Amino acid sequence: MKGLWKYFDHFPAIRGLDVELELGRFLTVFGPNGAGKTTLIRVLSTQIQPSQGEVEVGGCVLPGQAYRLRRHVGVISHNTYLYPNLTARENLTFFGRMYRVPDLGDRIKTLLEEVGLSGRRDDLVRTYSRGMQQRLSIARALLHDPDIMFLDEPYTGLDQHASRMLRDVLKTLHTGERTLVMTTHNIEQGLEMCDEVAIQVRGRLVFRENVGAIDRAGFEQTYFDHVGKDFRWDS
Amino acid sequence: MGFLSQAWVIARKDIIGELRTRETVLSMLLFGFLVILIFNFGIEPGLREENLVKPGVLWAAFTFAGILGLNRSFIAEKENDCLQGLLLCPVDRSVIYLGKFFGNFIFTLSMGLVVFLFFSVLYNVNLVQVALPLGAILVLTTIGFTAVGTLFSAVSVGLKTRDVILSILLIPVMVPVVLAAAKSSGRVLDGDSLAGAGLWLALLVVYDVIFLTVAIMLFDYAVEE
Repeated sequence: MKGLWKYFDHFPAIRGLDVELELGRFLTVFGPNGAGKTTLIRVLSTQIQPSQGEVEVGGCVLPGQAYRLRRHVGVISHNTYLYPNLTARENLTFFGRMYRVPDLGDRIKTLLEEVGLSGRRDDLVRTYSRGMQQRLSIARALLHDPDIMFLDEPYTGLDQHASRMLRDVLKTLHTGERTLVMTTHNIEQGLEMCDEVAIQVRGRLVFRENVGAIDRAGFEQTYFDHVGKDFRWDS
Repeated sequence: MGFLSQAWVIARKDIIGELRTRETVLSMLLFGFLVILIFNFGIEPGLREENLVKPGVLWAAFTFAGILGLNRSFIAEKENDCLQGLLLCPVDRSVIYLGKFFGNFIFTLSMGLVVFLFFSVLYNVNLVQVALPLGAILVLTTIGFTAVGTLFSAVSVGLKTRDVILSILLIPVMVPVVLAAAKSSGRVLDGDSLAGAGLWLALLVVYDVIFLTVAIMLFDYAVEE
């Protein structure tokens, strides 16, 4: 993306971002609340249109080719996108049909086993705990085996078991063939598997480096140096 | 899977959810009953002008109860941000619109049928004579009503004052449909054949075609942000 701006009314949530990420890489974007991380994910995943600038994801120019890109994109967000009055199986069947997933029954069975929910596949999602819903949302995002994954604060609200499961899923996804972009404000979880890190503050990327080139132990200090301990939007 | 079958997947999802909660259709029905009942208290039995008032009562009940249902149409999509999940699917926006339209059409038509039955009991309408022509009018009116209503429901769902906004947006645009429905059903209730209301029926058909097409074209803008 080049010169990306996104306004909400007159407020610029993203201010002239320039980012290039090679296919198969895993980028983690850190930033405080209100830095524009979620907006960035929503623009890249075609949920909202950029106000200004050039955005190309997976060879598709946005917003014109958003329709073509959606087939290749999976999103895991702190919102689960799951219908509470449908069962786990009904939710996955619905999304699977929308994505025209072949051999849907088998795919659903496999994914439910992977996320540890096959025993509760016929229970309504509204009866699930937050962690179980997030695990099911991981299965939903992986249904169509996307090439590009966007993860927006995926660890939010997860218990230890679900966090470990998400880490395991991310490990299996990060094969070098799939591109992953994750936003988080948790430094430890964010650094765990990524290839590159970035820090976003007030809608701008203020830091970008290969993970091999940074001092992991001292990254928290790097983060605060860039964000500022007394971070304020009006400063 | 084709365009229409994918739209049906969305409608089916809404129907399954509704069968579990019964929130939308039940509240529409109760509201429709109440409107008819309240009008019934206000109309003196045996009044000479009763036949003039009847169609207005029927379509007022249908419109207000229908708006209640349309209000709920996209609320289910807001829970867990499901609308975003739906918009992420690799389908044309018109498929999503048609899916929601099919669901709303089925809910509103079901409400309309039951409200009509209730109306026929309270207002002593001979069902055998008018069931078919009134059924045809109900179907045509429901198409126009839900075509526009589904679009406006998507527009208003993100607003805090969505209930009021939907009514303010929808009622003026619905005037031709309600007028045509009331005039044509008035003729039928007076004992005329459906052909006697030909012009009003033509208006309903033209309205349905135009507004369904316009709504399909505009839905993309309605759900953007």
